[in-house]
Amino acid sequence: MTSAGEPDVGVRVMASVQRRRRGRGATRTHWALYLFPVPALALVVAFLLLPLVQSFQYAATDWNGYSATYKSMGLDNFIHAIFNDSLFQNSVVNTLKFTLVVVIVQTMLSLLLAVLLVKNSRLNIVLRSLFFFPTILSSVAVGFIWAFIYDPTFGLMRGLFQMVGLGALSGSYLGDQQAAIYWVAMVQIWFHAGQLMVVFIAGLQLVPQELYEAADIDGAGKWARFRSITWPMIAPATTIVVAYTTIQCFKAFDLILGIAGNPPGTALDILSTRIYTSFANSQYGYASAESIIFMAVIGIVVLLQRWALRLTQARE
Amino acid sequence: MAEKWGRRAILLVYAIMIVIPLLVVLFGGFKNIGQLYSSPLGPPVPPTGRNFTSLVTTANIGVPILNSTALTAGTLVITLFFGSLAAYGLARIKGWIGWVIWAALVLGMTVPAQTSLVPLYVTFRSLGLTDNLFGLILVETVHAIPVAVFILGGFMRALPRELYEASSIDGAGPWRTYRSVIMPLSAPSLAATAIFLFVIVWNDLLYPLFFTTSPSVQTLPLALLAFQGEFLTNYPAIFAGVTVASLPVVVAYIFLQRYFVAGMTAGATKG
Repeated sequence: MTSAGEPDVGVRVMASVQRRRRGRGATRTHWALYLFPVPALALVVAFLLLPLVQSFQYAATDWNGYSATYKSMGLDNFIHAIFNDSLFQNSVVNTLKFTLVVVIVQTMLSLLLAVLLVKNSRLNIVLRSLFFFPTILSSVAVGFIWAFIYDPTFGLMRGLFQMVGLGALSGSYLGDQQAAIYWVAMVQIWFHAGQLMVVFIAGLQLVPQELYEAADIDGAGKWARFRSITWPMIAPATTIVVAYTTIQCFKAFDLILGIAGNPPGTALDILSTRIYTSFANSQYGYASAESIIFMAVIGIVVLLQRWALRLTQARE
Repeated sequence: MAEKWGRRAILLVYAIMIVIPLLVVLFGGFKNIGQLYSSPLGPPVPPTGRNFTSLVTTANIGVPILNSTALTAGTLVITLFFGSLAAYGLARIKGWIGWVIWAALVLGMTVPAQTSLVPLYVTFRSLGLTDNLFGLILVETVHAIPVAVFILGGFMRALPRELYEASSIDGAGPWRTYRSVIMPLSAPSLAATAIFLFVIVWNDLLYPLFFTTSPSVQTLPLALLAFQGEFLTNYPAIFAGVTVASLPVVVAYIFLQRYFVAGMTAGATKG
């Protein structure tokens, strides 16, 4: 159908969800059709897009959410958050550490699992549904489960370390100021690797088998096959997985509160929990400024990733 | 040969890593504290039902169960109705107007919810919609609609155009075509969307935490979070709560797995 590596594959990866079809023919649109999107559009404009604009207005004030008066702050909220607020800076660093580890490890793991389970055998289908299972649980529940597993006295993780003879290395996990965020990153991976595995499987199943047959004739090794066929061919799926994982990480709000309690300590405070804490402390103006920085950081990270991925996906 | 066993070993280890935490919870809910700490992994012998009864007597879990049910049901009904209307209209509206509406809805999906939450809270407060179930349904609906339009719209655009045209030649107006032709045909994608939203809304913590405070409107995830404070390290009680809160989603997963995977992968593209 299409030549290898065209972006077209990506559209099919996700079962044509994003496809837009241009209307053919010149028949005019029935007037009543314009009424159909009205309820949805009205809700989204009034309660999503308008508040988004207001967020920028709030961000330029010191409003506490209740008093009738407030001071105009200009860009002071932004400047304070970025340059002076160590709690905010800490949450940015934590978010980036968390996202970096999860995006790299989870993407590799889910791709590995997808490659191992790509064939539709009965056992593979059972394993896929098992690996997908954690995704359907609530983040709060998952947080509790792992808070117990990481319990430094009774938890299973300690038992695991002792079993393999590394009991001395068993630390306090979530109590460890430096490492806690990485232990939670592991939970996030346990939670969602199976979901993104399914996206990769959908992508892998679209790779034309003839390409592998041709590679076999050329005598290509496993790694060469992966590097020059699989990886470029699943590029659209990878792009989706990486972007989705990133956004999921930035929103890991529920998981953090479930595992660390509300509000979380500084070791586990990420941007989304930081914004909530500011809001809960009635710093409405400041929370809005933080949330705008949050949006900007997500945007920058996603764009950087697209650029980096494209470099690796270029076909040799 | 070695490679085949290597593959199996990886899958086996990962399967164990998935299963163990789940077993800990499932068994843990039926243990007392002593049993859980002395044998976190083993089956509960003898099992106790006390954690579950104390959910009802001490934690009054009936209220959050009802609230979560009403919240999820209300959100799903409104979202699927408005979402399918919009998706249908957009599949048939030609020209730039349709494109602009689509863009506005999709923009609502790409902007992180946190960024509009504070002003939205203030608006809701002035409308008297905070701390009540109807307001919460509205908040969840507003955030769910773009996703629903996105998933359903993809499906409806893929339907053959002749389908829309044939029924208008038969004299059916847009509403009639929507109700009698398009809706029945969309059943699988409606189901996938419904499942995807069910999991999200049932498990959601963010909006209930922002928009409610009273125990009378507490949802299950909020109630779970409150347990943590209440029971401290009484993990058996917490695990019993986790089991109860997860049960509806797990049962649905067992019977409707196809739709889960379809819905949650379609939803994943929203990034």
